[in-house]
Amino acid sequence: MSEQTPFTIEQFYKNISQGKLLGAKCLKCGKVHLPPRPLCSHCFSTDFEWTEIPADGKLLTYTIIHVAPTQFQSMAPYATGIIQLSDGSKLPGIIRGVPLDEIKVGMKLTVDFEACETGQSWPQWPRYYFKSPASGA
Amino acid sequence: MNGKPLASIVSAGLSRFGKREGLYARELFAEAAKEAFDRCPKLDPKKNIDALYVGHMGESYEHQGHTGATMADWAGLLPVPATRTEAACASSGAALRTAICAVRSGLSDVVMVGGVEKMTHRVTADVTEYLAMASDYPFEQWHGMTFPGLYALMATAHMHQYGTTERHLAMISVKNHYHGNLNPKAHMQREISLETALNARLVAWPLKLYDCSLITDGASCLILTRPEVARRFTDTPVQIVGSGQASDTIGLYERKSFTSLAAAKMAAKKAYEMAGVKPEDIDVAEVHDCFTIAELMAYEDLGFCKPGQGGTLVEKGETKLGSRLPVNTSGGLKAKGHPVGATGTAQAYEVYLQLTGQAEKRQVKNAEIALTHNVGGSGATATVHIYRRE
Repeated sequence: MSEQTPFTIEQFYKNISQGKLLGAKCLKCGKVHLPPRPLCSHCFSTDFEWTEIPADGKLLTYTIIHVAPTQFQSMAPYATGIIQLSDGSKLPGIIRGVPLDEIKVGMKLTVDFEACETGQSWPQWPRYYFKSPASGA
Repeated sequence: MNGKPLASIVSAGLSRFGKREGLYARELFAEAAKEAFDRCPKLDPKKNIDALYVGHMGESYEHQGHTGATMADWAGLLPVPATRTEAACASSGAALRTAICAVRSGLSDVVMVGGVEKMTHRVTADVTEYLAMASDYPFEQWHGMTFPGLYALMATAHMHQYGTTERHLAMISVKNHYHGNLNPKAHMQREISLETALNARLVAWPLKLYDCSLITDGASCLILTRPEVARRFTDTPVQIVGSGQASDTIGLYERKSFTSLAAAKMAAKKAYEMAGVKPEDIDVAEVHDCFTIAELMAYEDLGFCKPGQGGTLVEKGETKLGSRLPVNTSGGLKAKGHPVGATGTAQAYEVYLQLTGQAEKRQVKNAEIALTHNVGGSGATATVHIYRRE
């Protein structure tokens, strides 16, 4: 990753589209920000480097959305949750490929970059999903 | 500070809550203002009121921003300085805090503070989208998260950590509907059974229809003044003796805990310290039950019980009218309704009635000290205020 790339949400999603889950590590205090941010909220430094975040984690909590926003209605009911990655970072997202009644707090999940789609207008962010590590690449 | 009044409430008004077809937000605000003026004949609104603060969450509902001046005009208060505060569902809790600052600073002597939201004319899908704007867009909304969904994440975590059940949550809904049935201004004035709540359709598992607050139209307001001049306007002022407000990350996922709102705990700690009171001193409270799990977590965050004991408190019926600590005697956001911008000062309106003995069928006997707890979004903003009968 080039050092010139900005530590922004836009860049985070560009990285996702390339199959990379990257956070911003503060060069002064060492705190890792996921998503990245331009000002360290811990020590106010603006010096960062990109650091790879492990894509494997466990499910901290989840819900099954039945009443969905318009653009997600065709998917409902679907599960969304918050996972804790193995370095301690946390990320929310939709869980795919796991039967809804088999989803449990504490289960292992991994970030899925396979099915990234990019929209036509703002925001042009790809989506990542969470999947069971057993389901393969 | 320690118990010294920050400001005094000399009057209060509330529009009827519900589906108010054919009305605009400004007309609802006028209805609330009229009640506040009528309650306080010694006050000359044009002469005495010198500022307005008004909470309002969304321009999208009526395609209308610039709420401060609009409400000042419709309440007959031009040309007073008028400022809108926005903090999602805590917009008027934040307005109240701001109004207290205005009075404390000496810049204002008599201030109107209120809130308003007109929601029911939009279809549910639109309202769902507008409300979701109070959550993080790039990581929560973008990934299909909804507002009920965020509180459902907290409910799942609470159940997993403490053994809280869907039945506990349903009992909160039943209680608030019981209270709402006693409030002639509530949106939903009818009782429901535990079975009705438990068997309702799913919104965001484990939350069901009756775990969710109502999409409602309404407005609320208070008239605040410096404590030392309050008796010029009324014989029954209510003092505000504690005010706490705190902020947290916009994204729920960034927080240490999903079973407690850190901002609410921090706001409560500040308000209790300022007021010089403890949780056990509270006689009546209005808490932010946007979802039943939010009320259960409020019990714990406000120190009404220990962390994880919210379910037990509900089971024992201790927060029902007639018990040790009645919570949401108005019916709460669940049954009275939740016109988001109006909610913070609507909570204050209810405790104003309670502390001045005007709450009729839902009056808490000898209520002296009250608390309100208003939360924005999934907890990125929280305000807590403590009130005392003078």
